[in-house]
Amino acid sequence: MSNPTNSGEPLVRVDGVEKVFHRGAEEIHILAQLHLEVPAGEFLALMGPSGSGKSTLLNLIGGLDRPTKGTVTIAGERVDQLSDRQLAAWRARHIGFVFQLYNLMPVLTAERNVELPLLLTHLSRAERKKHVETALAMVGLSHRAKHFPRTLSGGEQQRVGIARGIVTDPTLLLCDEPTGDLDRKAGDEILNLLQALNREHGKTIIMVTHDPHASARASRTVYLNKGQLSNVPVA
Amino acid sequence: MAGLLNWFAQIAAITRFGLMSIPQRRGAVAATVFGIAGVVAVLVGVLSIAAGFRRAMAASGAADSVIVLRSGSDSEMVSGFGREETRVIADTPGVARNAQGPLASAELFVIINLAKRSTGTDANVPLRGVEAAALPVRDNVKFTDGRMFTWGRNEVVVGAGAAHEFAGLEVGSTIKVGRESWPVVGIFSAGGGIAESEIWSDAKVLQAAYNRGDSFQSVYARLNSAGAFQEFKDALTSNPRLNVKVVRQSDYYAEQSQTITRLITTLGVLIAGLMAVGAVFGALNTMYSAVAARTREIATLRALGFGGGAVVVALMIESLVLALMGGAVGAVAAYVAFDNFRAATMNWQSFSQVTFAFAVTPQLLVQGVVWATVIGLLGGLLPAIRAARLPIAAALREL
Ligand SMILES: Nc1ncnc2c1ncn2[C@@H]1O[C@H](COP(=O)(O)OP(=O)(O)OP(=O)(O)O)[C@@H](O)[C@H]1O
Ligand SMILES: [Mg+2]
Repeated sequence: MSNPTNSGEPLVRVDGVEKVFHRGAEEIHILAQLHLEVPAGEFLALMGPSGSGKSTLLNLIGGLDRPTKGTVTIAGERVDQLSDRQLAAWRARHIGFVFQLYNLMPVLTAERNVELPLLLTHLSRAERKKHVETALAMVGLSHRAKHFPRTLSGGEQQRVGIARGIVTDPTLLLCDEPTGDLDRKAGDEILNLLQALNREHGKTIIMVTHDPHASARASRTVYLNKGQLSNVPVA
Repeated sequence: MAGLLNWFAQIAAITRFGLMSIPQRRGAVAATVFGIAGVVAVLVGVLSIAAGFRRAMAASGAADSVIVLRSGSDSEMVSGFGREETRVIADTPGVARNAQGPLASAELFVIINLAKRSTGTDANVPLRGVEAAALPVRDNVKFTDGRMFTWGRNEVVVGAGAAHEFAGLEVGSTIKVGRESWPVVGIFSAGGGIAESEIWSDAKVLQAAYNRGDSFQSVYARLNSAGAFQEFKDALTSNPRLNVKVVRQSDYYAEQSQTITRLITTLGVLIAGLMAVGAVFGALNTMYSAVAARTREIATLRALGFGGGAVVVALMIESLVLALMGGAVGAVAAYVAFDNFRAATMNWQSFSQVTFAFAVTPQLLVQGVVWATVIGLLGGLLPAIRAARLPIAAALREL
């Protein structure tokens, strides 16, 4: 893995990106000549009106989709040029995802859910177990390891989701409205957790959110509107 | 190497989710499993009829036994010999002998009507007149009840298959032959062969009862060895006094069974084939809904870095597991229901009933499992490919 800090190069560089979706004959232009740089160690909040393309941008950075135009460079690697197969392996190594609806596997216990991304590594069973324990401890859910998702509260499920997101120690943690489905108290706990991961463990985090309360926890906030990013909210 | 292990781990994990989620989809899954079970049961069941028939026919002919017919006849029905000709045949070199003389039995063959036990309707039963050598020629004849008929008397013995299939063929009962009633004095088995479907009497007595004069239809003979066939055949065909056709018993019965086994096999494959088409659509449907129900799960796994190939393989395995479960159920059902099931059918060459037992052979079970496998693979392929091709970002948007 290239060291993102030694060249002065930002960890994430999105350059001249456009994204066009096709709905039937209709072309939907979402992002237009978009630029974004995220230095390593930043906790970035991404805000903007619904439908502005926040999730789309996050997916491009996370290698779930490719831009119609422009480049996406993560830790020195041109992600937009990777094949589907390469992208899957790249995501496994570099990206941790946290979803609004947690996306846990209902048939697996918390610890088995957290273990999932580790199945894509060369780690032995014992090593995986250790990593899972560490990740669950970091989110404060060691005592719930053997529980199934349906027996956990929303906040607890999201903490399992975060543990799954960080268990491989990814280069980048991407969260799409991680508190969007939680009440204020549970949401705060999640935000505390993300903040701690950023401050104490140096995790680079990009978080999409609608909630000013959430973005206030980030080290920087950018606003997406009409396909462009700005540092101030648009009226 | 690590990459391969990693790939297997991915497949194992995805397969596990699929199998673990079966209880939530048990209705559709059960329908698929039983659909495939039905195909396999029908296939194996119907083909076991052909296998059983073929086995019965094969058991009828030893390699060192021959049947001599008049040249140009395909079956005993249309063949005919005079007494003198049968003597010449019996004395031909190559025929085995014992203290009583050559092991050659001149025989004739009539058809009588008897009521089937199952339906009560009449069906044709062969009544064969034999000579004393008939028993050593067919060395597998054993009496399971009663005794052999007395030579020169109006008595009959009945093959076990015929006794099972037709009413009134117990020892002590009588059958109508022409205007007379002849007592049944014994029941015999013949290694499951075609003789078990017949009724036997003394050839001379039968000739008299049917006004056949001193004529026969065939000569059954046992040779010194299977290798003596050519010598025997050459001697007969080069004899200017004779105009005969010589066939090994095994070939004769194999040929007789061919028409019907081919018919049954074709029919069985056709019916099972149609059902299989339905089962493939059932499996397709089940797997498509399995994929649809798990779109978000699959998309999540793909987002975490699980490969598309692993998704395809895992879903194919899931489909295959369901199909093999169905195959196993079907095979067991066919075995329990059909193996050794006794039946009778028309032998189209002799226009009389042949009784035999269905045979669910290991080959048929393997064939059933192969069908199930193919159904599972066909039913799983398209849904699996669809699952792997899901655009991840779009699939994650779906709730
Ligand atoms: N795969 C797709 N095909 C077609 N249109 C799409 C696709 N993905 C996104 N869109 C459209 O692109 C636009 C931006 O979607 P996106 O999900 O990125 O918005 P968002 O800012 O995350 O919105 P929200 O705050 O509601 O989550 C929307 O109009 C959406 O309908
Ligand atoms: Mg969104």
